[in-house]
Amino acid sequence: MREIKYEDIVKAVKDHIIYSGTNLPKDALAALNKAYDEEESPVCKEVLKQLLENADIASSEARPLCQDTGLAVFFVKVGEDLKVVGGTLKDAINEGTAKGYEEGYFRASTCVWNTRENLKDKIGYNLPAIVHFDLVAGDGLEIEYAAKGGGSENVSRATVLPPAAGRDGIISFVKEVISNAGPNPCPPIIVGVGIGGTFENAAISSKHALFRTVGTTNKDAVLNDMEGELMTKINNLGIGAMGMGGRETALAVHIEANPCHIASLPVSVNVQCHSSRHTSFKL
Amino acid sequence: MSKTYHLTAPLSDEDTIQLKAGDIVYLSGIIYTARDTAHKKLIDLMDEGKELPFDVKGSVIYFVGPTPPKPGDPIGSAGPTTSYRMDSYSPRLINEMGQKGMIGKGKRNQEVIDACVKSKAIYFGATGGAGALLARQIKSAEVIAYPELGPEAIRRLEVVDFPLTVVNDTYGDDLYKIGRAKYEIAD
Ligand code: SF4
Repeated sequence: MREIKYEDIVKAVKDHIIYSGTNLPKDALAALNKAYDEEESPVCKEVLKQLLENADIASSEARPLCQDTGLAVFFVKVGEDLKVVGGTLKDAINEGTAKGYEEGYFRASTCVWNTRENLKDKIGYNLPAIVHFDLVAGDGLEIEYAAKGGGSENVSRATVLPPAAGRDGIISFVKEVISNAGPNPCPPIIVGVGIGGTFENAAISSKHALFRTVGTTNKDAVLNDMEGELMTKINNLGIGAMGMGGRETALAVHIEANPCHIASLPVSVNVQCHSSRHTSFKL
Repeated sequence: MSKTYHLTAPLSDEDTIQLKAGDIVYLSGIIYTARDTAHKKLIDLMDEGKELPFDVKGSVIYFVGPTPPKPGDPIGSAGPTTSYRMDSYSPRLINEMGQKGMIGKGKRNQEVIDACVKSKAIYFGATGGAGALLARQIKSAEVIAYPELGPEAIRRLEVVDFPLTVVNDTYGDDLYKIGRAKYEIAD
């Protein structure tokens, strides 16, 4: 049994939130640079230039990259032989989140669903964090974190297709979601696709797909091939940076797939804007 | 070919009718911030026949909910939010109160596009996710109404060369449609 202190988790979560809200990760930055180099449309090239400058300013002056500092989303792998001393793991993640948002001068964006009032619970603002736990063997603690903005979340969609729809049905559903979204999710975007499982599995997989490093290939040959086809189809839509008409609409398409019921083919599309603030760390 | 303009807010019809979808505008002067809830409050005041917290005639309203300012700064990161949530409010402010400009990101509905034509107003796009860069062009910020709304309060901003693109002009054109048609490749 390994022991880990509550405060150590709080501090690590807080530090990673502040850093990642002000420093665009290397993969997203490289993808934006590549889009800037390759874009033919002058209006979109100007937008991409502004985004690269923005990343520079945010990092050098420790300012939030975007005013929508998002909801804090975590995927956490907890070892069965790990014990948190001084509190619960969930509280530690929530406290780290509240502190990170406050000390980083981030915007608290969590509200009550019906009154829309900004929500402050006993730990602080921007809570509860959205945490997906996975219990694994060993005594490790692995935390993946992303700040998820509202603009790109609002255009995300899930459905359950008939199995006969197959590969082509999935591709046309994803393409339709991105086509309808147009300029709204702040393109260039990263497209997360979750296939299979139950309805909620597909949605969670589509979220988790956004955490994969941009520029890596899918180990599954079938999915890798679908990612390539979707990249071409989405970039052929002509949406471009901020929807102003251009070639670079998607920076990446990431697909995760799970086995599913013989009667169904769930598909979920989760869209991530260019401000892809994500990180992972082990404690 | 798109043109570049330097304009000062508040705007007049003379300012707006020269602009075409796709033009670049560097905007200086005084603009106001408002998001969903603040818009709803403005419309409620209009319905009650009461005075609005700022002079809407000629005004440019920026759809933004900034991050809190760091000590010594006028404002935190301040990029645009998605505009369609203001679609049900904007036409009345434009047609009845004389609002001349909106700054946001993302598509507007036909009623907003029609109001831009009828009352000679412009919908400008700013770069979403460029909050740190855009904040540099904001020289001062003052909460003038609804401080209880926090980031959604109405603020009076003084901006200098704030970079914008004309999305919907006074002739019914839409950059999102024109731009996309130009670069779309059929399967
Ligand atoms: S979609 Fe992303 S970049 Fe655009 S405003 Fe929201 S968080 Fe910022």
